Amino acid sequence: MITGALRQTGRLFALAAEVTRAVFRRPFQFREFVEQFWFVASVTILPAALVSIPFGAVIALQVGSLTEQLGAQSFTGGASVLAVVQQASPLIVALLIAGAGGSAICADLGSRKIREELDAMEVMGVSPVQRLVVPRVLAAMGVAVLLNGLVSVVGILGGYFFNVIMQGGTPGAYLSSFSALAQLPDLYISELKALVFGFIAGIVAAYRGLNPRGGPKGVGDAVNQSVVITFLLLFFVNMVMTAVYLQIVPPKGG
Amino acid sequence: MGIEVVVEGLTKSFGKQSIWRDVSLTLPAGEVSVMLGPSGTGKTVFLKSLIGLLKPEKGRVLINGVDMVNSPEKDIYETRKLFGLMFQDGALFGSMSLFDNIAFPLREHTRKKESEIRRIVMERIEVVGLLGAEGKLPGEISGGMRKRAGLARALVLDPQIILCDEPDSGLDPVRTAYISQLLIDLNAQLDATMLIVTHNLDIAATVPDNMGMLFLRRLVTFGPREVLLTSDEPVVAQFLGGRREGPIGMSEEKDAATLAAEAGALVPAAPRVIVPQLEPSPGLPPRQAVTRRRQRVMGMIDSLPPAARSAIRDTYAKNARAATLTMPPAGSGA
Repeated sequence: MITGALRQTGRLFALAAEVTRAVFRRPFQFREFVEQFWFVASVTILPAALVSIPFGAVIALQVGSLTEQLGAQSFTGGASVLAVVQQASPLIVALLIAGAGGSAICADLGSRKIREELDAMEVMGVSPVQRLVVPRVLAAMGVAVLLNGLVSVVGILGGYFFNVIMQGGTPGAYLSSFSALAQLPDLYISELKALVFGFIAGIVAAYRGLNPRGGPKGVGDAVNQSVVITFLLLFFVNMVMTAVYLQIVPPKGG
Repeated sequence: MGIEVVVEGLTKSFGKQSIWRDVSLTLPAGEVSVMLGPSGTGKTVFLKSLIGLLKPEKGRVLINGVDMVNSPEKDIYETRKLFGLMFQDGALFGSMSLFDNIAFPLREHTRKKESEIRRIVMERIEVVGLLGAEGKLPGEISGGMRKRAGLARALVLDPQIILCDEPDSGLDPVRTAYISQLLIDLNAQLDATMLIVTHNLDIAATVPDNMGMLFLRRLVTFGPREVLLTSDEPVVAQFLGGRREGPIGMSEEKDAATLAAEAGALVPAAPRVIVPQLEPSPGLPPRQAVTRRRQRVMGMIDSLPPAARSAIRDTYAKNARAATLTMPPAGSGA
């Protein structure tokens, strides 16, 4: 049981290393990359925007009600922005990349595997990792970074709207607390998180897709597992990255 | 000329289940070999081990000095370009048209211009008789067509070694006969080493130069076709006769009691007739492997069992009289 889990973990890391190496191996599959990028973007943009509006609103409402009780309502803007940019946005992106993009990648690779297409590719001397997995992982990472920008903007706009219109906050207080508490490194860590999450989502989806167990049902199980495993890993990695960031970058307000 | 494939002491198991043990054989360069065996004896596993898709626990597969089991991945990928493998159900890429499927190896491995690729692909499509279907997706054509498309894709890089996994499965007897002829014609044109894995008796009787059989986790025999066709080993006799009486049971192996009961009632089978091997279609060059094989077989004839010996002499005596083949006069080697 434990050795089994360790073996899976080891093979996941081995695939991650192999993909990283293969990224730099010529020829780069540019066409496949563009197609996958477009595909992942097209399935994630709309849901991401729709999720981020209520999410920004929820944070604005929650933080607003809390700061009102503490008598620090003028800081609502800064607090909700930090929460959206640093935490909510990378996580929303990651969940969508894993749930919409990763599951499709996993199902695609899995069904190719059981139809022996990947074997046929290897027999023809073409590495499926270089030909199929690398463009997909890079696409997941690229879309995650760009999507993160979109979600941050939409989330902040949603927060602004709810704070100013619903809770009677003033636009000036919202914006000034924004620049009082938020700083550029917040944006950097947000994008770095999105990049790492995109990588993890891509690798886990590819790993489960390349190793389905037993026929079409195995592919279904693999998709399910890939999403669950990705979620677990993402929240853990997010915790580690947040902890490290808070240690090394001093908060602006302090 | 094709490349010799040397297999030494290959042993493969999945977990605790052993597939076959200590398989050693040599596929002679440019000749056609057939591996027979009842369903589920690991014939496909053997094929996949030859090309390095599966890793046997022990043994070596030597091709041009590269060991497909233990050599670095880079060398194995390089050596695979010498192979053409026809999968059981074609293993075509479902999202590409037949044309793109067959062009795939050319686009990946060569820097040919698109017009050149088009010419080669259409040529191969014609060879396997799929003209007019090149724009279809694999999901839109029949199983037999998928198989032939898989063969065309395997042939597009002019492979030195061609492996066919059950070329007959799912085909009617007429199409099977066409495939048999196609395989012999290909051998005449490309002079590639070929291994066909099958349990079809017609293919086994008419196509190969050499035959082997896998049963009960071991290689029963491998050698010139006459050796297996004249063999009196019970497994071989039962398989070639397609009978129920013998060591092969529904689930692989029979128990001793059933075997003993059968032994009493066993009717001796009629002596098997050796059907002549297929010739290339008229207009094609003669198979170069024929001369090489004749020399090789005549060189080892004294080590073969007597029945096989006389069968080989018979075949060559008849062949020398046949006008279609240019062969040295009969009797020179015997």
